[in-house]
Amino acid sequence: MSATDASEVVILAASAQPEKVPAEPLPGPRARREGLVRSLLRNRKAFAGLVIIAIFLLLALLAPVLAPGDPSLITSLGAKAPSTEHLFGTTPKGQDVLALTMWGSRSSLLVGFVVGLAATAIAILVGLTSAFYGRAIDDGLSLVTNVFLLLPGLPLLVILAAFLPRGLGTVILVLTITGWAGGARVLRSQALSIRGKDFVAAAIVTGETRFRIMFREILPNMASIVMITLLGTVIFGIGAQAGLEFLGLGDPSVVSWGTNLYWASNDGALISGYWWAFVPSGAAIAFVAFALALINYGVDEVSNPRLRTARRRPFGTGTEVAR
Amino acid sequence: MRFVLRRLGFYLVAFWVSVTLNFLLPRVMPGDPISRMMSQSQGRMTPEQVVQMQALFGLDNRPILQQYIGYWHSLFTGEMGVSISRFPTPVSEVIASQIGWTILLGSTALLIAVVIGNLLGILAAWRRGGVLDSALPPILVFIGSFPYFWLAMGALDVFGVVLGWFPLRHAFSAGATPSLSPEFIGDVAMHLVLPAMTIVVVSVGGWMLAMRNTMITTTSEDYIVMAEAKGLKANRIMFRYAARNATLPAVTNFGMAIGFVVGGALLTEVVFAYPGVGFQLLSAVTALDYPLMQGIFLTITGAVLVANFIVDMVYVRLDPRVRAS
Repeated sequence: MSATDASEVVILAASAQPEKVPAEPLPGPRARREGLVRSLLRNRKAFAGLVIIAIFLLLALLAPVLAPGDPSLITSLGAKAPSTEHLFGTTPKGQDVLALTMWGSRSSLLVGFVVGLAATAIAILVGLTSAFYGRAIDDGLSLVTNVFLLLPGLPLLVILAAFLPRGLGTVILVLTITGWAGGARVLRSQALSIRGKDFVAAAIVTGETRFRIMFREILPNMASIVMITLLGTVIFGIGAQAGLEFLGLGDPSVVSWGTNLYWASNDGALISGYWWAFVPSGAAIAFVAFALALINYGVDEVSNPRLRTARRRPFGTGTEVAR
Repeated sequence: MRFVLRRLGFYLVAFWVSVTLNFLLPRVMPGDPISRMMSQSQGRMTPEQVVQMQALFGLDNRPILQQYIGYWHSLFTGEMGVSISRFPTPVSEVIASQIGWTILLGSTALLIAVVIGNLLGILAAWRRGGVLDSALPPILVFIGSFPYFWLAMGALDVFGVVLGWFPLRHAFSAGATPSLSPEFIGDVAMHLVLPAMTIVVVSVGGWMLAMRNTMITTTSEDYIVMAEAKGLKANRIMFRYAARNATLPAVTNFGMAIGFVVGGALLTEVVFAYPGVGFQLLSAVTALDYPLMQGIFLTITGAVLVANFIVDMVYVRLDPRVRAS
């Protein structure tokens, strides 16, 4: 950092002497996060989204109770339209679609959230490091980020998945590799603007460790952007997993929304007009993605009313890769 | 000029990354899918082809650096190996015979989505708070939440199977011979409607929202007020003054959207068995046809990079600020 910056900071630090805490412009990260959650619950869009997600999580957790037994068991002869016996009908193989959809939510939500968390963690790490260290490190990391953003996502997913052994772990790994870049770019630019604030300079002068400055000073101040990135990558994860599995690149023995669609397509449900075999799983993906997008809008509105214009984010970056 | 060179450098790096990735993947992956594939097809290959394949996939035990140089060499001479599933057609020929369909599908869908989306965005911003502005965005966001391929499946079921308005699969009717006759072009167009429409429906919302947001910023500029004060017609102000300046960010989005459409086209092609590279990529994966898979990946990546570079150049042409800095 340059000499002028440093001298300014000294003055600033000196003026703030009595409290000895020049580097806390906001209440602690904890208090802030609680505030975000509470105001999210008051926001109509976000509340609706949270309710939908809660319902799906509940269904996923209660699947063994509500639809006991192996969902891929054959319980009827061939494809049957929805009836009182099978509320959502049965697949061409004769499996109960409702049970498949409920059990499928477990793998789909799990993969979605794990991918979301992992990709967001990488995005935070890359974005913060890039913004904090600047210069060569920033140039290098930005280059990597932009290359990943540019490489066409789905073909990359397909080719990675084709070479790796099949399984849930592969799906998660591959989606994380392809899903982090969009968030990293947004987080970097946000971190960059916070990096220039006086309280960061003050923290540097007071001798806080770099790690602490990055994660205790800068990160809490971009909680809403982190949240938006997380939601975006979860949407991406769920959609892209379904896409991969639909292409037959997942583990076809795992029951998930993607594999349900894969089997529906493979067993000819499409051509024969058995709409009930593929509608529930797709609708479930759409509802979850829509609910997450609603929460995203909510976070946007709550954290920064002006942010609503001029940005394509809420149902943006991540999802573009794999639909 | 410096901007152009910087961008060019960036795209070269991106291309280098994708080629290197392609080179490394079969060499570092656990297990040995390649030798399995090789043994499957051994009987039908000539000895020269076997040697070439071994070189492509690193089974010839040369030092890795030498392999890497050899890989680049074969790329530049257009040698991407022989397709296993369509033996003995070279990979480059398989791709060449199918890329046209993907370009047709992708560009049709992209153009329609861009035109409709931007128009809707302009109108929504112009009549802010009107029906178009308040009702359409949530609907489009909801539709955009559906997986691409699932909407394609739904469209296939409703318009293809139940209503029977459009053909179900392939790019033209079986038995039709490709020619430039009106019948054949009509046939191709009918086959194009459903796949293209599903891509349009999913992507149009993003275009609309982006355009709406930039338009709102532009319409609050002083020169718009000035134009109104001069008594210009609303239409003229909307399109020649506001929209014209608001299209600039849309040009950047266009570059990003190309990759998106390629991905979307991939899944749509699979649903409709549309004979483009995406459909071929999937059959290559199913048939363990690694040379074809890698060839298609490189082709798609190359195409996306070139398209983005062109978009950048157009941007330089459109925005004098980039040239100045």
